[in-house]
Amino acid sequence: MTVDRPWRIGLRVLALGYLALLLLIPIGLVFYRTFENGIGAVYDSVTTPAAISAFSLTLTVTAIAVPLNTIFGVLCALALARGRFRGKALLNAIIDLPFAISPVVVGLALILVFGRGGWLGDLPFQVIFSVPGIVLATIFISIPFVVREVTPVLTEVGDEQEQAASTLGAGRWQAFWRVTLPSIRWGVAYGVVLSVARCIGEFGAVSVVSGKISGETETLTLLVEKRFQNFDLAGAYAASALLAFIALATLLAMTMINPRRDEE
Amino acid sequence: MIAVRDVTKSFGDFVALGGVSLEIPDGSLTALLGPSGSGKSTLLRIIAGLEQPDSGAIEIHGADATRVPPQRRGIGFVFQHYAAFKHMTVRENVAFGMRIRRQPKDRIRERVDELLEVVGLAGYHERYPNQLSGGQRQRMALARALAVEPKVLLLDEPFGALDAKVRAELREWLRRLHDKVHVTTVLVTHDQEEAMAISDRIAVMDHGSIEQVGGPRELYDRPANGFVMRFLGPVSKIGDSLVRPHDITILLEPEDGARDAVVSRVVHLGFEVRVELRVAGEEAISAQVTRNEADQLELVEGGVVWVRTTHTLAVPA
Amino acid sequence: MTTLALNLRGRPAGRPGALGLGISTLWLSLIVLLPVAAVVARSTEGGLDAFWSAISSRQAVSALRFTLVVSLVATVINAVTGTLIAWVLVRDRFRGKRVVNALIDLPFALPTIVAGLTLLALYGPTSPVGIDVAFTQFAVLLALLFVTLPFVIRAVQPVLIELDREMEEAALSLGASGRTVFLRVILPNLVPAILSGAALAFARAVGEFGSIVLISGNIPFETQVASMFIFKQIESDNPIGAAAISVVLLALSLLVLIGIRGLGRWGARHDR
Repeated sequence: MTVDRPWRIGLRVLALGYLALLLLIPIGLVFYRTFENGIGAVYDSVTTPAAISAFSLTLTVTAIAVPLNTIFGVLCALALARGRFRGKALLNAIIDLPFAISPVVVGLALILVFGRGGWLGDLPFQVIFSVPGIVLATIFISIPFVVREVTPVLTEVGDEQEQAASTLGAGRWQAFWRVTLPSIRWGVAYGVVLSVARCIGEFGAVSVVSGKISGETETLTLLVEKRFQNFDLAGAYAASALLAFIALATLLAMTMINPRRDEE
Repeated sequence: MIAVRDVTKSFGDFVALGGVSLEIPDGSLTALLGPSGSGKSTLLRIIAGLEQPDSGAIEIHGADATRVPPQRRGIGFVFQHYAAFKHMTVRENVAFGMRIRRQPKDRIRERVDELLEVVGLAGYHERYPNQLSGGQRQRMALARALAVEPKVLLLDEPFGALDAKVRAELREWLRRLHDKVHVTTVLVTHDQEEAMAISDRIAVMDHGSIEQVGGPRELYDRPANGFVMRFLGPVSKIGDSLVRPHDITILLEPEDGARDAVVSRVVHLGFEVRVELRVAGEEAISAQVTRNEADQLELVEGGVVWVRTTHTLAVPA
Repeated sequence: MTTLALNLRGRPAGRPGALGLGISTLWLSLIVLLPVAAVVARSTEGGLDAFWSAISSRQAVSALRFTLVVSLVATVINAVTGTLIAWVLVRDRFRGKRVVNALIDLPFALPTIVAGLTLLALYGPTSPVGIDVAFTQFAVLLALLFVTLPFVIRAVQPVLIELDREMEEAALSLGASGRTVFLRVILPNLVPAILSGAALAFARAVGEFGSIVLISGNIPFETQVASMFIFKQIESDNPIGAAAISVVLLALSLLVLIGIRGLGRWGARHDR
């Protein structure tokens, strides 16, 4: 439907104006503020021992959570797309649960299970206020991404190629490895990118569960909060800018993967 | 020889195959012909091992293959929508079966080149399926299936997704390929012209059972029942019999055994002329005559004629 | 090879069956169900009375009510602006459109704490244009608008793209004005997507934490949202009380989730 010119300009101005006020200007401002005093200051700020330790903790946790959830995600997507069993609706609902729960409640849940007096509170190693707790919280909140991206792809592609592979002599594993996986690779890639961004950016659940011990259980996002509350605004901005860079890199990856996904 | 022995298969309440038996001679091109829902694809997939029968058995070259998975049956399968490996080149697609069997690289390269030559895709080695037309993809699928020298080639409505002209070309090409390669071939189709044009034998199926098996001529001239007759060609019904339009002779004078009729319409279809008639006390029927015959008879709408039929099939009322 | 051995590998490739399902169930049960069950189960540990008094305390009620209201307002606003933005992104053409389209996902990709800081930069005490709404209810609204921005847009865009142009053309040929076409032909087809995006946005908003932490001041009875209240309860070593409020939030979210699935089925009845 062709909208008349004045209407079209008006709508465009409204839309872009809203986006500018809410999104573009604030984020532009943060980058400006961050680099106001030069790159040197920023560099120093993100290479303090606390910052480096926070960054490496964040990356470590992500490097554990994402592969695990990817494997789970692909298996679960196979079950949902190809399997025949009752209770698919239930499975779907459970997978969606991490989207529906407040991060703080996630942290609380982990405390109630693994904390003092919790159901599994007497494990030989410490979970709450320690790295395992952060890992568990991160795994929880990033569970849905790969499943949700891969399931529709599997459904769309159908299993004819696997059938063809089996008539050509391929066993189950061979067919999976040579035919199924390549056909879902961009869906998996997209899901992985989303998961990584989510894991790196997690705050609420980790906030509850970590104990925020600098140099030990402080992630990059927790570092931002701490610096802000210690009135180290420049430091907070610097760490934020780092996280924002990662977010923009994520967006870039998403934009590049999207067309590949659509053409398959 | 492939033998199907008393195979049944149901999907929930729906009976796809109700006790079907069939023998497929070595080296033949057999068509499973029937309308949708007749069970022909199900039967093919059971022969392939892609489905399991509820009861009955499949024998391939004398050995019971009923529980053998498709990987080990030595079959080649061609799907209606090609099932091309989209992320692999044409070469990789065709080579797939051989790579699974870990055949030596030069043997694979040789055979791929050979097969692509045979199917007319020489030079397309590095293309991807989405760069090929439908007909080319199907030829690639055939090359892929033939690469591992299957004992039997199974084709599930292979030309169904192609347009009419390509379909006609490819089916002739398939027949020539079969004459060259001599692999036992089973073809599923709903197109009787396709079946008649290229098969040695046809098994006509309806609602989960085989109505008749025979060569194209036999089925056309001596159909076992009304269904087969109707499926393989046009029919008209006169009284308790079915008759082919070209077996209706139109006479200008009464004769013993001939019935009187009124010409309702004369349709000129090029060489063929279709004459629509009303026989007294019956529904309208169609007769087919040649242009010359039509000219000689000088048929007009409303004219009175007499019709005599040959090669009729009696059917229950 | 014996027939028995063949039997065990009898199923053709492509039927995943037990393995995928088994592992998924195990993983999900351990990581998701167990903790959630703990919250629900232990919320009533002090008895139903304790549960009730935890969720009906003045501060709890205030936090819950504020959360609901501000989430609803944010959702409605983003439903309207989201539809507008989706329209412009699909139907309009201007330079930089692809960049803008990619940036819509920024709230998804950006850590929530950074989102809060970002808004604070422009709308807080250090604002270069003097707008300071920090520690007000409006600040909370702002944060929620930010984090829920993409939901409706991303839900509506694909529907708009798929929309059958011929429907609109038919309406125009029958004499309908542009406005009528939009209101009576296009919008009705967008409603399921808008609602579904809005439901997701709402579910996200009621649980939002990170972006609100810095900007709201967490003032009880004024700018304290449910998630912050829960956080304070945990810090005050009252996890059971926190669990009680959490159950209320959980129930709300589940209702919304079930609502979305129901919407999906209702929307599908329009399809050919």
